Amino acid sequence: MISLNWVGDYVDIENENINELTDKITKFGVNIEKVISNNIEKLVIGHVEKVEKHPDSDHLNVCQVNLGDEVVQIVCGASNVREDLKVIVAKTGAVLPGNFEIKKSTIRGIESNGMICALFELGLEEKTEETYAKGITELPSDAQVGADPLKYLGISDTILELDVHKHHNNDCYYHIGFAYIVAAILNKKVKLPEVNIKEVNESINDHFKLDINTDKCSLYTARMVKNVKIGESPDFIKNRLVAAGMRPINNVVDISNYVMLEYGQPLHFFDKDKLGDKIVVRLAEDKEPIKTLDGKERVLSSEDIVITDGLKPVCLAGVMGGENTEVDENTKNILIESAIFDGINIRKTSSRHDLRSEASTRYGKGLNYEYTYEAINRAAYLLQEYAEGEVLKDTVVIDNVDKTPKIIEVKAKEINDILGIEISDNDMKNELERLGFVYNYDNETFNITIPPRRLDIESSANDIAEEIGCLYGYHNLVGTLPVQSQKKGEYKGNIGYRKQISKRLRALGLNEDKNYTLVPPSMASEFIYEDKKQIVLPNPMSLDKSVVRTTLIPSLLDTYEYNKKRHVKDINLYEISNTYYEDYKEETKIAVLMSGNYISNSWSNNNIKVDYYVIKGILENLLNYVGLNNRYSYERLEDNKYFHPGMSAKIFVDKEEIGVIGRVHPSISKDEIYVMEISMNKMNKQTKPLKFKEANKYPEIVKDVAFIVDKNISSEDVEKVIKKVGGRLLSDINVFDVYTGEKVKENEKQIAYSLTFTKEDRTLTEDEVMEKFNEIIKKVTETVPATLRDN
Amino acid sequence: MIEKVNLIKESFEKIIPTITDMKTLNDIKVEYLGKQGKVTELSKLMKDVPNEDKKEFGMLVNSVRTLVTETLDNKKEELETAMLNEKLANEKIDITLPSTNISVGAPNILEKVVEDMENLFMSMGYDVVEGPEIEEDLYNFELLNLPKGHPARDSQDTFYLEGDKILLRSHTSPVQARTMLEGKGEKPIRMVCPGKTYRRDDDDATHSHQFMQIEGLLIDENATLADLKGTFDAAAKHLFGEDCKTRFRPSYYPFTEPSVETDISCFSCKGKGCPLCKNTGWITISGAGVVNPKVLSMCGYDPKRWHGFAFGFGLERIAMLKYGINDIRTFYQTDLRQNKIFDRKEDK
Repeated sequence: MISLNWVGDYVDIENENINELTDKITKFGVNIEKVISNNIEKLVIGHVEKVEKHPDSDHLNVCQVNLGDEVVQIVCGASNVREDLKVIVAKTGAVLPGNFEIKKSTIRGIESNGMICALFELGLEEKTEETYAKGITELPSDAQVGADPLKYLGISDTILELDVHKHHNNDCYYHIGFAYIVAAILNKKVKLPEVNIKEVNESINDHFKLDINTDKCSLYTARMVKNVKIGESPDFIKNRLVAAGMRPINNVVDISNYVMLEYGQPLHFFDKDKLGDKIVVRLAEDKEPIKTLDGKERVLSSEDIVITDGLKPVCLAGVMGGENTEVDENTKNILIESAIFDGINIRKTSSRHDLRSEASTRYGKGLNYEYTYEAINRAAYLLQEYAEGEVLKDTVVIDNVDKTPKIIEVKAKEINDILGIEISDNDMKNELERLGFVYNYDNETFNITIPPRRLDIESSANDIAEEIGCLYGYHNLVGTLPVQSQKKGEYKGNIGYRKQISKRLRALGLNEDKNYTLVPPSMASEFIYEDKKQIVLPNPMSLDKSVVRTTLIPSLLDTYEYNKKRHVKDINLYEISNTYYEDYKEETKIAVLMSGNYISNSWSNNNIKVDYYVIKGILENLLNYVGLNNRYSYERLEDNKYFHPGMSAKIFVDKEEIGVIGRVHPSISKDEIYVMEISMNKMNKQTKPLKFKEANKYPEIVKDVAFIVDKNISSEDVEKVIKKVGGRLLSDINVFDVYTGEKVKENEKQIAYSLTFTKEDRTLTEDEVMEKFNEIIKKVTETVPATLRDN
Repeated sequence: MIEKVNLIKESFEKIIPTITDMKTLNDIKVEYLGKQGKVTELSKLMKDVPNEDKKEFGMLVNSVRTLVTETLDNKKEELETAMLNEKLANEKIDITLPSTNISVGAPNILEKVVEDMENLFMSMGYDVVEGPEIEEDLYNFELLNLPKGHPARDSQDTFYLEGDKILLRSHTSPVQARTMLEGKGEKPIRMVCPGKTYRRDDDDATHSHQFMQIEGLLIDENATLADLKGTFDAAAKHLFGEDCKTRFRPSYYPFTEPSVETDISCFSCKGKGCPLCKNTGWITISGAGVVNPKVLSMCGYDPKRWHGFAFGFGLERIAMLKYGINDIRTFYQTDLRQNKIFDRKEDK
């Protein structure tokens, strides 16, 4: 959160219209989530001219208050109201926090036109017994009647709540940085805060030694301040901390936070007397303990950076201080730490210990070494000014920062080629100056030195293009289209194949379902029909999303249950999704679930109820559609506890098993549900190109025959023989009746076929057809075996 | 003789009106035209007619026969029509009773949006490609300028499957890297890539651990940020209508530089400010930018020669906005009562 009042210390925004400014900031690329202003309309400074006791109350007063352009009568209950006092007046019509509107009213018979306020009533101070007891806020006598009291007090503020996650630019994390953004937008200069230390004649070197035993701390600086007085912070510090979303605690703690919000450099204050005379920075030992400021015992790992007193940890670097060296109300002498730790380590430490703080976030982003130095001096100065501290001479420093400046060589043309705009060399010079970037210009080439503050800028022309683009304003960018492509785009790989299947399944009346890839173990173990291992997540979020599914059927059943609960009767679904096996091999599966009626009518009995043969019809329609006519076959699926042993099959194409089809085992669901699943990869086989074929011109001869066979003999067994004997003369074979019952034995069934004979080049004779027909009957009865039914 | 003929004729004419059903008609037909029928009998009298009268008598008998035949035929047709009409009247049904349900399946709403976008981009020359959902860290992060320890990795809290090497892809961007590596730095690229992505988010109305993105990549010798703007404008208008306005706001993604967030004008309030656009008048619908030169070189494209832009849309977000869906779980919990609504054509 950025306080514009605070930013105003470093760049002149006194006369800027806040709405216009926030609009410019947004266009520059800073995402402002919310603009919060503490301005309250109809708030003025008033002068109490006359106070009289309320005739009907022992604690109310009737006041005549001069507001500059008028004198109003206000009934006031505060005990400190008196004549000749300058006060804050909320006029009628003002709306105070809590949506409390000031209205003209009559209090015990006396008219009142407004309210004399205390700061807590305006939401600018915490409401405590103490502030309450103080009564109304008393303004100094130089306050100008009729003026805006918040401006007069210097607490008029607008707070910008930023969505910083989308920003790489560290400038959004601290007020001086934000001032640089505003300065670039307004083409103004940044003025850094005051540091005027009066050092006492004593050096920190007489009290303190520093050692760094890790490469995860590139810079460590320390200063010492003696004899501080712990107390309350001045109002401006408290107000600003509150504005930036932090709670004031005491002057010393507040100063460390204040400087962090100013420079973006987190600081840590040690109680020097508790610390002793030495600091060693190192990596923690595995399982080393520390008790942090929040009172929690923590066990460290060898990736955590710790500040130690030479023996034990006194601070979890960059994340939280240790209780053993905490500044408390009795602290006299302070050691200030301003340092740079490795951002990745800090991020890992804060997430491992679940300790995310303003400080750890900033370390994680990376820090500007210049401000490490400036911040420590600023903090020492503020302790001197607001905690009566005595600052010792010298700063203890170990500095291993690589300070090689980052220089980017770029031409204006490169910027234009990236952005698609036209800016001249002179425009570019102006913009670089606004950004505060130092450059050399020679032979149409800019050599730009990136300020160390801008750690986000890498070393390509694109980085400069981004900066220039933000200033130029993307709203000024005119959209163009890339040069027209020579060809229309197309579906690559098997995407087109999948789309066509998906469309076909919808045309067949199935609804597309979409489910999660990650399923609970219970679901992952159902409907397994392949001998393949599954991927189990090593660190799942929860058990119900812990296995990568290898079959889609359980997910479809889930959808079935969901819809059944909502009284949907006819549930026909499909899903096409990728599945993955333990070896990460990808297989795209097509799954179908059908239940209820396929075609239904709510009032007549003209329904087609889903059964095995309906879902088989869907399957075969699909297989024929992809050109696999006559290339598929089935085998009974009996040994799978999720499928009905009598109504399920394995599906083969060219003798390769591609999937399963059948009824869900009644022990899994009492409902009559049919499912199938096939591998799209295995189904996607080479097929003959589509070609026109003329219909046969010669008449066909149809012969009917019925066989009685054992119940375990499948129709396919019979058909195979018929086809083999029938050869090319037999053009079609069709089952027209299946019978079990009284006319046959209990273990038998009767299947009736109608056989069509044709020849493409001539008319068949009855004799040659009869000969073939009799041959078929003979072969079937002998080999299947079967009995010919006598008519 | 002639009188006899006339008598028969008269008796027939008298009997005609009494024919009201087929049986009577057939009986009368037999009575007059049958083997022993009255008209047939008349012919037999011919032999008794004197020769000079034979011609006249014959003509008279024939005229009676024709009269009887034609009259009966007409009567028959009349009766048949009446019978058919009666039958049809009896077959009358209630034409307002409910129809038989002839249903075609509905698409998943997300797939509908995917296809819409694919069609748009294919018309602009982009191929549609896909990549694996189980990815290597290399493609998902490293090659996209997200080295280990990069802060942006934190915001894409990832499902790792094996150490820090194999993962469920956290975005569709790895397909960019794969496509560029396939292009071997030699040919321009135009592709979009829709697909499932995964992040460790707890599911609620606006978060889903599984979601869909559509990624786009264009690499050419002279692609600019302005080209991205024009392309985005076309996509926004295609999705949300011709009067949809767009804007770019600077943003940050490691794989693009400069990066932008792309907004469309709020179609609900037309930019005036409403709850949908949080009173800003704008809705963010994608992230995009100029391909970071680091990414180009890591993926084999010389940044001195090639420029490119990339964009990524969250498909759930687009679908939610377009169809007014409030809960992201809607897409992953097929409710047939709702899905049916989406089985229809849409006017553009």
